[in-house]
Amino acid sequence: MTIPAPGAIDCDIHPALPGTHVLLPYLDEYWRAHVRMRGLERDNYNAAAFPVNAPINARPDWKPPRGNAGCDFDTLRTQALDGFGTKFAICNVLHGAQAIFSEDLSAAFCRAINDWVAKEWLDRDPRLRASIVVPMHSPELAAREIERCAADQRFVQVLVWEMQEIPLGRRQHWPIYRVAEQLDLPIGIHAGSSYRHPPTNLGWPSYYLEDYISWSTGFAGVLNSLISEGVFVEFPRLKVVLMESGVTWLPAWMWRANKTWRGVRAEVPWLEKSPAEYAREHVRVTSQPFDAPPNAAMLRKIIEEIDCEDMLMFSTDYPHWHFDGNDALPDGLPEHLLKKILVDNALKTYPRLTS
Amino acid sequence: MARHVVATVGEIPPGGKKVVNPAGREICVYNVNGEHYALINRCPHEGAALSYGHVLGCFESKRPGEYQLTRKGEMLRCPWHGWEFDIKTGQSWCHPESVKARTYKVEVVPGELLAKGPFVAETVQVKIDGEYVVVEV
Repeated sequence: MTIPAPGAIDCDIHPALPGTHVLLPYLDEYWRAHVRMRGLERDNYNAAAFPVNAPINARPDWKPPRGNAGCDFDTLRTQALDGFGTKFAICNVLHGAQAIFSEDLSAAFCRAINDWVAKEWLDRDPRLRASIVVPMHSPELAAREIERCAADQRFVQVLVWEMQEIPLGRRQHWPIYRVAEQLDLPIGIHAGSSYRHPPTNLGWPSYYLEDYISWSTGFAGVLNSLISEGVFVEFPRLKVVLMESGVTWLPAWMWRANKTWRGVRAEVPWLEKSPAEYAREHVRVTSQPFDAPPNAAMLRKIIEEIDCEDMLMFSTDYPHWHFDGNDALPDGLPEHLLKKILVDNALKTYPRLTS
Repeated sequence: MARHVVATVGEIPPGGKKVVNPAGREICVYNVNGEHYALINRCPHEGAALSYGHVLGCFESKRPGEYQLTRKGEMLRCPWHGWEFDIKTGQSWCHPESVKARTYKVEVVPGELLAKGPFVAETVQVKIDGEYVVVEV
């Protein structure tokens, strides 16, 4: 389906930092001196998982003449906001700050990025919203940063990566989920890794092809962990949004998870519903990449199996690229579902968009 | 419907079971803490013989990290896919309304009353002073 679809809510766009030096004015005095002393402002903390020319990093016609894709405001406004007729777009800054081993330096950079995105992006266009970047490996500092940023209603969710230090359901992370639930902020889980572990179960891939494809299994692991550990039992109002996860693997995951749960549910007795039911209630999934099947009939079958009209939310993943053109949604989605995907589901998931 | 004498009381100890075949139907009689219950010996899911499954309690939890073992000896775990069934009602834990193992009415009847009939005792010899497990099929 060709976009623009006026009024759509784009749940995943990626402004990028032109360089670490732009954060200097947003660091406090101590950390600015620390960064300068070590020359960190000249380091590139891009969270790019792949080499510069890897397709995912930018659609070729979305690359600006100079600098990283996504780092120029006017280009993003023209191509992403005007180009797709977007009403709101949620900025997800993917940056290595979230993976820096020092918890305090990581937190300092995250604070600076959040202030930078508010000033340099949100202030410049009323259509823009943002996710809060946090040091996920430091739950207390992360929770504090969420509380700090939440005072600004334009921050609509918390941003974490699918593959961090430990599985996301573990209780160490719960202070983050507790504060997010209290503040009505979904946890946005974006494709990406802090590279503490390989992206496959059995080590490091050799090629982009195998590496990139493997990432959707990382998301299945996220769901397995969040659900099994009981995150949605402990935090019954919490929503998580899978971003850039792919969509069409979900039915097979639901079948496998439900079948296994029926047999071993006594091991995780806090679960009162099947994994698929928890997913339908708590998990939302952005649409790019969709990894669509070859024809509309198969697409409808997959939608039927997902069996949740609230689950899918539109995204372009601008300026990243998964070999789709402007048809950011596949053909053949039922008409009534389209409006939900483009607008309604995001409004329900992100209460701050309407407050 | 006929009443079948399938075991003597005491033959099936608490926690134990006995597979019987009244009217050509395979049924498993369980002794749950002194009470007898009978379930069809066929899982409603894919047909496994439930008598091969372990008898367990119910694993429950109010929230992650809190554990309770309740209803000890009242649950049965299918040997094939691990689905849990309530021995007393035949209901599955996961889909109590839609997936149920058929139950049969069980009574303990003194031999004296059985002597007056009608009942069927194909394999159990009934004595006046004995007590018997009777399944209605």
